Amino acid sequence: MSRQFNMRSLILSTGTTIILPLLLLFSLFLLLRGHNEPGGGFIGGLVAAAAIALKLFADDYPSAKALLRVHPLQLVGIGLALAALSSLPSLLVGDNFFTAQWWTLPLPIFGELKLSTPLIFDIGVFLGVIGTVLTVIFTLVEAEH
Amino acid sequence: MLNVVLSIFLLACIAPHLYRLLGKHTGLVLALLPATLFIYFASQLSAVSQGQPLLQSWPWFPGLGIQLSFMLDGLSLLFALLITGIGTFILCYAGQYLQGHPALGRFFLFLLSFMGAMLGLVLSDNLITLFVFWELTTVSSFMLIGFNHEDSESRQKAHQGLMVTVLGGLALMTGLIMLGMAAGSYQLSDVLQQDLTGHSLYLPMLILILLGAFTKSAQTPFHFWLPNAMAAPTPVSAYLHSATMVKAGVYLLARLQPSLGGSEVWLLTLSAVGALTMLTGIFLASRATGIKKVLAYSTVMALGTLTMLLGLGTEKAALAAVTFLLAHALYKGALFMIAGILDHEAGIKDFEKASGLRKLMPRTTLVAVVAALSLAGVIPLFGFVGKELLLEAVLSGSQWQLGLTAATVLANIFVVLVAALLAIKPWFGQALPTPKPAHDPGWQMLAGPAVLATLGLIFGLLPMLPDQYLLNAAATAVYGQPISGYLALWHGINLPLMLSLGSLVLGLLLFRFWQPWRKLTAVVETLSKAGPEAGYNKLMAALVSFAAWQTRVLQNGYLRNYLLTTMATVVLLVGWAMLRLEHFELNWQFSDVRVQEAVIFLVLLTTIISAVVLNSFLGVVALLGALGFAVALIYVFFSAVDVGITQVLVETITVLLLVLVLYRLPEFRRLSSTAHRARDALIAIASGTVITLLILLVTASRSMEGIAWYFLEKSVPEGYGRNVVNVILVDFRALDTLGEIFVLALVAIGVYAMVHLRTGAKPVTNADKRLTAEQKRQQSVKGEL
Repeated sequence: MSRQFNMRSLILSTGTTIILPLLLLFSLFLLLRGHNEPGGGFIGGLVAAAAIALKLFADDYPSAKALLRVHPLQLVGIGLALAALSSLPSLLVGDNFFTAQWWTLPLPIFGELKLSTPLIFDIGVFLGVIGTVLTVIFTLVEAEH
Repeated sequence: MLNVVLSIFLLACIAPHLYRLLGKHTGLVLALLPATLFIYFASQLSAVSQGQPLLQSWPWFPGLGIQLSFMLDGLSLLFALLITGIGTFILCYAGQYLQGHPALGRFFLFLLSFMGAMLGLVLSDNLITLFVFWELTTVSSFMLIGFNHEDSESRQKAHQGLMVTVLGGLALMTGLIMLGMAAGSYQLSDVLQQDLTGHSLYLPMLILILLGAFTKSAQTPFHFWLPNAMAAPTPVSAYLHSATMVKAGVYLLARLQPSLGGSEVWLLTLSAVGALTMLTGIFLASRATGIKKVLAYSTVMALGTLTMLLGLGTEKAALAAVTFLLAHALYKGALFMIAGILDHEAGIKDFEKASGLRKLMPRTTLVAVVAALSLAGVIPLFGFVGKELLLEAVLSGSQWQLGLTAATVLANIFVVLVAALLAIKPWFGQALPTPKPAHDPGWQMLAGPAVLATLGLIFGLLPMLPDQYLLNAAATAVYGQPISGYLALWHGINLPLMLSLGSLVLGLLLFRFWQPWRKLTAVVETLSKAGPEAGYNKLMAALVSFAAWQTRVLQNGYLRNYLLTTMATVVLLVGWAMLRLEHFELNWQFSDVRVQEAVIFLVLLTTIISAVVLNSFLGVVALLGALGFAVALIYVFFSAVDVGITQVLVETITVLLLVLVLYRLPEFRRLSSTAHRARDALIAIASGTVITLLILLVTASRSMEGIAWYFLEKSVPEGYGRNVVNVILVDFRALDTLGEIFVLALVAIGVYAMVHLRTGAKPVTNADKRLTAEQKRQQSVKGEL
């Protein structure tokens, strides 16, 4: 990576500082709206991963790693676990394995909040995609060092 | 019963954390669960002994007729009680035996997983669930045998046990599927209603199922893995290799006897293999000196005996089998735990080094003697009842009566020798110095063997107790019809009693000449070099070298070769299928092509041709990116916005990945010969043509309505979402998506391992990197489609 980092651009770095939170927010937005509008966990995950990769190119590997806090492989694990666990509530209710369950929570100010196992599943996909893409990218970067 | 099985797995998951909290008391606390379950199963005794099997069922894959269903009849209850009862003691015992072991938490995790799997296996009422639990016992026992995984010998033996049982498991799966096909149902309770001995699939499925059962239950010639599995810590040997797992094969045979038993093949195979195993096992036991080895080989003998009895298939044999099984579990569990005590408290592993411990370990001695007497079949212990029934069953068998009786008596003589070794050798006689100062163990370790040995005595004195509540129902389940026989301690003076007495005397005599006997038979040591284990080792060596060869040929590390092989295979298979078609009609209707689509098509064509002829990496990457974006546009035109977005994002990420590897690539040069390029071009053109033809063909001859309308219609009312693509991904076909993100995870781990586990400073080759990038791309695109 050293060669790329020698060409660090101030414009890119500053721009990233501004754009990065927006991108991450956007990825969450994509994740949450996915059930009704274009979006979803897969797309959201790709956007988030691309955002963190942007940080990597604009600044450096340690800061991108610090941004993520955990090792990307851990994200893969958590994502898989969430997705797999979302299959279980249906069994408790007596439905078939993986039958979607929906719960509506009334919230005093915002109206109502719809929670569901597909949402949990989608969050699992989201984390799994971020984890996979970043594992590959981080690993390739590490191979350079 | 689902909760029963799940509760154990749940406890297994939290066991390592509990260990951090509770420390050395973990074993006792964990033992509460099997103890509770034991009481639950015991409370079912009276209902089940009335002949009402308890059935419970949950739909699992209703589309395939697979249900998560459980059945509790006499046979499963007998096993369930053994698994939970002995399991309780083993957990107490292991807590102390392995006290302070750094991985004790993990040990409990494996042991409890095994317990859950074994319980699931004996409670399953569905062939598929039964198989799943069967494989789970294999996997968890692999972890247990290889528990001391830093020891290479331990690893190797765990590996051996795994390979042998997995091989059998594979055969078993095929056999069970055939069984399900033949019976028309995967529900055991349905299968057992039918006699399948006349079915055309009978012979193949019998062979496959027997292969599964014989490998699991260590029948000759697969018996070698069981003594090697003694590499496991002793509590594991006591639990898995005496009372439970190795009996899974016997359980399966007993379970399926009503459907598959009774034929000539069944009778001959099972009694012959069983008798052979019985003799092999006990003969090897009489020659071994390691305490655990002797016990392991005598377990092989017991498994052979059970198989032989199941082969006979008479009413008496069924009763004898379940009685012998219970008696064996009681004394063998106790004796294994005593072997562990000898090792743990006195450092003794070998009979030759053990003598005169009676004074130092009085309580252990007492328990050991009682258990060993039951093994020897001395009146009034339960082992005697079992042995009497065994002899009666063999004597009243229809075929090979004389041969089987002779084999049984011969085996019994050696059993007496083994029992005498266990009851006398370490305890009486001249006291020898021990590696550790010998003393009785704490109650946690002695409770198990003491209770089991005492039960052996109580059941011997009051055989109607286990008979009435349990064994009769169990034998009924094995036989398929109600059993009229009953258990009694005293049958009067008859032939079995005489044979029993005779073997007792001869066995004791043989004990007197144990060392000369071992010298006399020393020739076996040389013979065993050509035995089944040597065959296994040769087979494994051949397998490894074959794997190495085919990996060198197929997985040669050149992405271009992989692509070439894949493409050529597709062209050949699809092309062959198309040539065999009768109606070859293509959809040449292009009237509904819109202007913008035609434009995109031209862009696609231009970019791809330029990419082929361009002489620069960066240019090719850029062109491929353009290609991807053009394809994304096509998705958008057909209102698959989600797929389009994904395509764009994947292209972006691919560019990022390429940036990371691009500058490491060598300069762009022409490396392949013209002939190679011509070959590549040919295959590329052929695959393009074949795929195009395929699409035209499929669109022309669509015979069924697509299922798209279903998803469109049901998305809002049933999936509560207007984005159909997403609803399909996370709801309708969530299981597929789960599988796909599993693949993604595998790719991530693979890339990580490939780069990080590389030894030396050799850089990652470009082929590897491109491969992973390409795989990821394919996966993510597939994931969205």
